[in-house]
Amino acid sequence: MFNSLKRALPICMSLIVAAGTFARAAEPGHFGYGDKATPEQIAGWDIDARGDDGAGLPPGKGTVQRGSEVYAEQCAACHGTFGEGEGRFPKLVGGAGTLRDDRPELTVGSYWPFAPTLWDYINRAMPMPAPHTLSADDVYALTAYILNLNDVVPNEFVADRDSLPKVKMPNRDSFIWTDPRPDTMARPCMSACANPADLQIVSTAEGRNLTPRTTGPLDTMQPK
Amino acid sequence: MVSRLAGGRNPLGRRSFLGLGAALTGSLALGAKPGNTEPAPASPPADAPWSQSIGPGVVDRPYGRPADPEASVIRRNVPWLSAGTESSISFSPLQSLHGIITPNGLFFERYHAGRPDVDPDRHRLMIHGLVDRPLVFAMKDIVRFPSVSHIHFIECPANGGMEWRAAQINSLQFNHGMISCAEWTGVRLSTLLDEVGLKKEAKWAMVEGADGAHMNRSLPLNKCLDDCLVVYAQNGEALRPEQGYPLRLLVPGWEGNVSIKWLRRIKLGDRPWYSREETSKYTDLMPDGTSRGFTWLIEAKSVITFPCPEKPLAGPGLYEIRGLAWTGNGKIRRVDVSTDGGVNWQSARLHEPVLSKALTKFTLPWRWDGQPALLESRVIDETGYVQPTIAQLRKQRGLNSVYHNNSIQTWQVKPDGSVFDVQLA
Repeated sequence: MFNSLKRALPICMSLIVAAGTFARAAEPGHFGYGDKATPEQIAGWDIDARGDDGAGLPPGKGTVQRGSEVYAEQCAACHGTFGEGEGRFPKLVGGAGTLRDDRPELTVGSYWPFAPTLWDYINRAMPMPAPHTLSADDVYALTAYILNLNDVVPNEFVADRDSLPKVKMPNRDSFIWTDPRPDTMARPCMSACANPADLQIVSTAEGRNLTPRTTGPLDTMQPK
Repeated sequence: MVSRLAGGRNPLGRRSFLGLGAALTGSLALGAKPGNTEPAPASPPADAPWSQSIGPGVVDRPYGRPADPEASVIRRNVPWLSAGTESSISFSPLQSLHGIITPNGLFFERYHAGRPDVDPDRHRLMIHGLVDRPLVFAMKDIVRFPSVSHIHFIECPANGGMEWRAAQINSLQFNHGMISCAEWTGVRLSTLLDEVGLKKEAKWAMVEGADGAHMNRSLPLNKCLDDCLVVYAQNGEALRPEQGYPLRLLVPGWEGNVSIKWLRRIKLGDRPWYSREETSKYTDLMPDGTSRGFTWLIEAKSVITFPCPEKPLAGPGLYEIRGLAWTGNGKIRRVDVSTDGGVNWQSARLHEPVLSKALTKFTLPWRWDGQPALLESRVIDETGYVQPTIAQLRKQRGLNSVYHNNSIQTWQVKPDGSVFDVQLA
């Protein structure tokens, strides 16, 4: 009796909802598809560490010194021995104070607002040929080393779940997290919207030799 | 021409040769100029070779592919733009496409760790965090849910990003090809979230891919419940691997990178995650040194797709100016076209269907007198938002914001019919 009531109740609820204007089901498990995620399954995939407060950072720790060793082995080939970046691979270091410049340099030190984000990104996506294969300790060590290269933490800094959220990144307070757009207020004028004599072509792509070909085989052009 | 054919190597079979000979006679009779090295037209009154032979039968190509002469119509990349192709982008050949649907093989690509080959039998979607009951779905579970099919565009916010400082890429494909549009089939994300049951503290969702980048973004819950889809099909067939096979998120009207491909996990939380892809990337640096984050919306944009640098004009006469318009705000209300650099405008014809957060086709007949022209299109969406000029955008955002360049494109038409990408003061 109890059992059948338990079963009948969600069905009645969902029928009421279905009869209304909402297409959404009312009760969890309305369809009953899928399997319950076990704690082991969740633990295996629950890899995220939140940027601003480090929620989700795992146990473990790493020093700047250990980080320099892991970095030389795993990262330097693309990012350069001191984070200067090889070829077009990203620079990790430098650019402090350049964000208002004509050619700003956006690096971990000059741009990234949150230190735990660095742990999260290295852990989930690096090294590029073998992502998510480093131990938590090595990821902490790399995080410490890259922050140290940027003069954000001292040589003796030890990165762990408690220390990383406390690191104040230089650019932390420069982000606005609500979209201010629309920020242009064009009016759709239809005729005599400008003086034709004022029309001036200020730049043209003609003759710049930056455009790959759009017929025939794929282009392999590199900048001159 | 005849002597070249007769005296040269003849790779054609006798039957084809006869056909070609007949075509040659026909073209000569119609007054083809001597010395013309163009292949003979298969024109009347001659019968073309393919009209005098039998073609391959059914299932010669069990899947099918474009006609051989269309071999140039492909996705292309800008090799100097990125370190390699694994974290890079390719561009749809808009200059050769028609209508509002992008063929699956030409849909632009963006990878952060290359294109994974995912086994659909082993792929899972986990939904957990601030939910009543965390669940793991196999593909067989996902396809059982009530399905919907919606047409939506996806645009990378870096589309046009190479043009913030100046006109430098003379191409429709490379300046605008980070957009494509398809019919997507799947289940509403709200249906899946109802199935797990949201705790009342849940305000944000972190969505994550199964690629090597474990690409992840944060999305506010109201958008998830509004119109997001978890899709497994694209233009009537299973997703292409390039587009997230077997399962991707589709976030209509928002920058493409939030439509996570190879979707494997959705975690509900009370705050955003501030992942690398929403802090160090996909944020907009302003001239005063501040940066805008969570600028998801694709604001209204339009572009003339004919003529364009890849498709010049063949001489004075009557043409149909053709183009595409789109907005993350919903539907297109109007598109205006100027042939004099924005001094005077005429409203173009919008072609049905005009769908929300989808490409909309527009056309305008134009008699070109052979004089220099400056072609522009300007879209107004259903919220009244008007597409800005590049000068208006620069005034607000400077030169270094990289993303969200939705400015009016100016095509310069020269007297010889050639077309160039230019910017006006």
